Amino acid sequence: MPTIGNTQLQLLEKLCNAMAVSGDEGEVRQIVLDEIKGYADQVKVDALGNVLATHAGSGENRLKVMLAAHMDEVGFMLAADEGEGIFRFETVGSIDVRQLPGKSVIVGKEHLPGVIGARPIHLVKEDELKNKIPLDNLRIDLGPGSTKVKPGDRATFATRFQRTGPSIIAKALDDRLGVAALIELVRHAPANIDLLAAFTVQEEVGLRGAKVAAYAFDPDLAIAVDSTLANDLPAWDGEENTAYNTKLGLGPAIYVADGGTLSDPRLVHHLVATAEAEAIPYQLRQPGGGGADAGAIHRQRAGIPSVSVSVPGRYAHTAASVARIEDWKNTLALLHAALSKMPPELLTSERV
Amino acid sequence: MSDILPFLKELLYAPGLSGYEAPVAKIIAEKWRPLVHKLNRSRLGSLHGLRRGTAAEPRPSLLVAAHMDAIGLMVTGITEGGFLRLTAIGSVDARVLPGQPVTVHGREGLPGIVVQPSTRLLPPEIGNNSVPLEHLLVDVGLPPRKVNKLIHIGDPISFTQPPLELTGETLAGYTVDNRASVAALTVCLEELQNRPHTWDVWVVATVQEETGWIGAYSSSYQLRPQIAIVLDTTWAKGPGANDWNTFPLGKGPTITWGPNIHPALYKAFKELAERLEIPHAVEITPLHTGTDAFATQVTAEGIPSIALGIPIRYMHTPVEVVAVKDIQRAGRLIAEFIAGLHPDFMAKVTWDY
Repeated sequence: MPTIGNTQLQLLEKLCNAMAVSGDEGEVRQIVLDEIKGYADQVKVDALGNVLATHAGSGENRLKVMLAAHMDEVGFMLAADEGEGIFRFETVGSIDVRQLPGKSVIVGKEHLPGVIGARPIHLVKEDELKNKIPLDNLRIDLGPGSTKVKPGDRATFATRFQRTGPSIIAKALDDRLGVAALIELVRHAPANIDLLAAFTVQEEVGLRGAKVAAYAFDPDLAIAVDSTLANDLPAWDGEENTAYNTKLGLGPAIYVADGGTLSDPRLVHHLVATAEAEAIPYQLRQPGGGGADAGAIHRQRAGIPSVSVSVPGRYAHTAASVARIEDWKNTLALLHAALSKMPPELLTSERV
Repeated sequence: MSDILPFLKELLYAPGLSGYEAPVAKIIAEKWRPLVHKLNRSRLGSLHGLRRGTAAEPRPSLLVAAHMDAIGLMVTGITEGGFLRLTAIGSVDARVLPGQPVTVHGREGLPGIVVQPSTRLLPPEIGNNSVPLEHLLVDVGLPPRKVNKLIHIGDPISFTQPPLELTGETLAGYTVDNRASVAALTVCLEELQNRPHTWDVWVVATVQEETGWIGAYSSSYQLRPQIAIVLDTTWAKGPGANDWNTFPLGKGPTITWGPNIHPALYKAFKELAERLEIPHAVEITPLHTGTDAFATQVTAEGIPSIALGIPIRYMHTPVEVVAVKDIQRAGRLIAEFIAGLHPDFMAKVTWDY
């Protein structure tokens, strides 16, 4: 049985501190390749940079189950060199520009330190304070004379992984929590299924890696493993927060519907039944917007029954996100149990 | 000249919000103790170091001051779910706060993040605009029961951004305003170890500058120097700041000029910088300098004052950027001024400017 201990937390730390902005996932890909080496029957890196690992089971009538976790994270690309180590930049993936001023970043292959500053408050006119600082006014500053980076290089938040009480604070928990969980599943692949693990690229810019990975694997069904935005903060006026997606501490979030996918009810039911039977805490993600790799996978080929399972997380796509270790542990436990107990006839009944 | 960078980095790691300066004061005291003849803390917590001069008694004395306090946040409430509500200590632009790593100084130091609730959890009129401080929260990642036990209303919150060495011998970090100046005063003290000076020199790290120059008023009253030299940071040119009141990064300190400045001191510093070929700029301050010199000038019967500035980028954000060279230059300029000061310098000043 895979579980989360110090080894897994150290791996997660390494994964979170690595830089893998969409389109440049090499650092995380290398960690993945190292970690699954010797555990899969076949490992390949495809045309887009996805890591596709297969582990064949041994029983009869095995289902081909694809699991997908995306390696990429949101970040930045240097766009223009203004001299003296100052660069204009663009965001890669969905980032609220209000999250950027006053942050430190790492830039390029060498992780050179840089900062995104802001005009000193003393020089800001009072009525300007209520407006957000637009991206046009922000720069990445590496210090005068920097010649080691150039337009086209990637950058991301410099936040370092840390633990506090029951929580993790780190950048890119979306979706390094999923990547680390999927590594554990490859290392503990159940024998009753063929496990097809896709560590995908470019999820944050349109689920592009998952689309081709699903085509290549041609699975019977798929589960996307991600970290969903919890949005479980208090509302400003003290009213009930009815807009939350998930709540931290209540266990893995099973998706019924998100912005890109109506999950296959048979898979939802199997996950819920497994959680109930194994007494693993779980929650149903509030149906609504957002999405995961399942959005691309379920419409691939002649259609692939799909579902997503997420570790609840707060503040995805910002400098620092927060998740509970217990939720991560339960997500891994639920996935492993659901795979191990997956009956070959799971999809023989007609979809409702 | 000694390498001041390691000490500056140590200063940048130390908390020390206005009114809560003890952690940084301790580090400065350790560094200054061997460099001065006497060292103590004032009733409000400012650090006073004395280097005795060589002139006959009664010796004139000067004060050279840099504030050691820093801007930050403070807990104003704890929500049902264990999130913290906030107010600012000093002047903080709430727009640099979302996603900012912080340390909450509760019963123990707790890591946390300033967070911006999603649009749907905020008043509808905010929409896509900046979110005011009253609607931002801190998440310390702990269950509410623990939060209530460890954190109280009124606990100070500092930014956790560690110092970063950038290219071109520049350093980015939180509290560069005004720890860069504390480092420069340390350079000055080191210079003075081998330079006799006639005047007594009070080297002072003041408290509560960001909340109203409180340390400068009280320390200059207590020490009653004949001259006050204040070192603070000023605005460097860079993204978002390129007007006449900004100065190039790494091209030397500024010498301020305006009603807050005694003309004799301006003239002496300007001539000295030119004679020694220390790069510098003249900073025009038509009203006041916004520094501790604003306080020292009107303390007791009035103290001739001047402010010098170290240009930094992104002032009052957790990623302020300073050029180490400018720190060395500011420290040296002040040391040279002190070493060249005749006992009757102020006595000879006439109002013919």
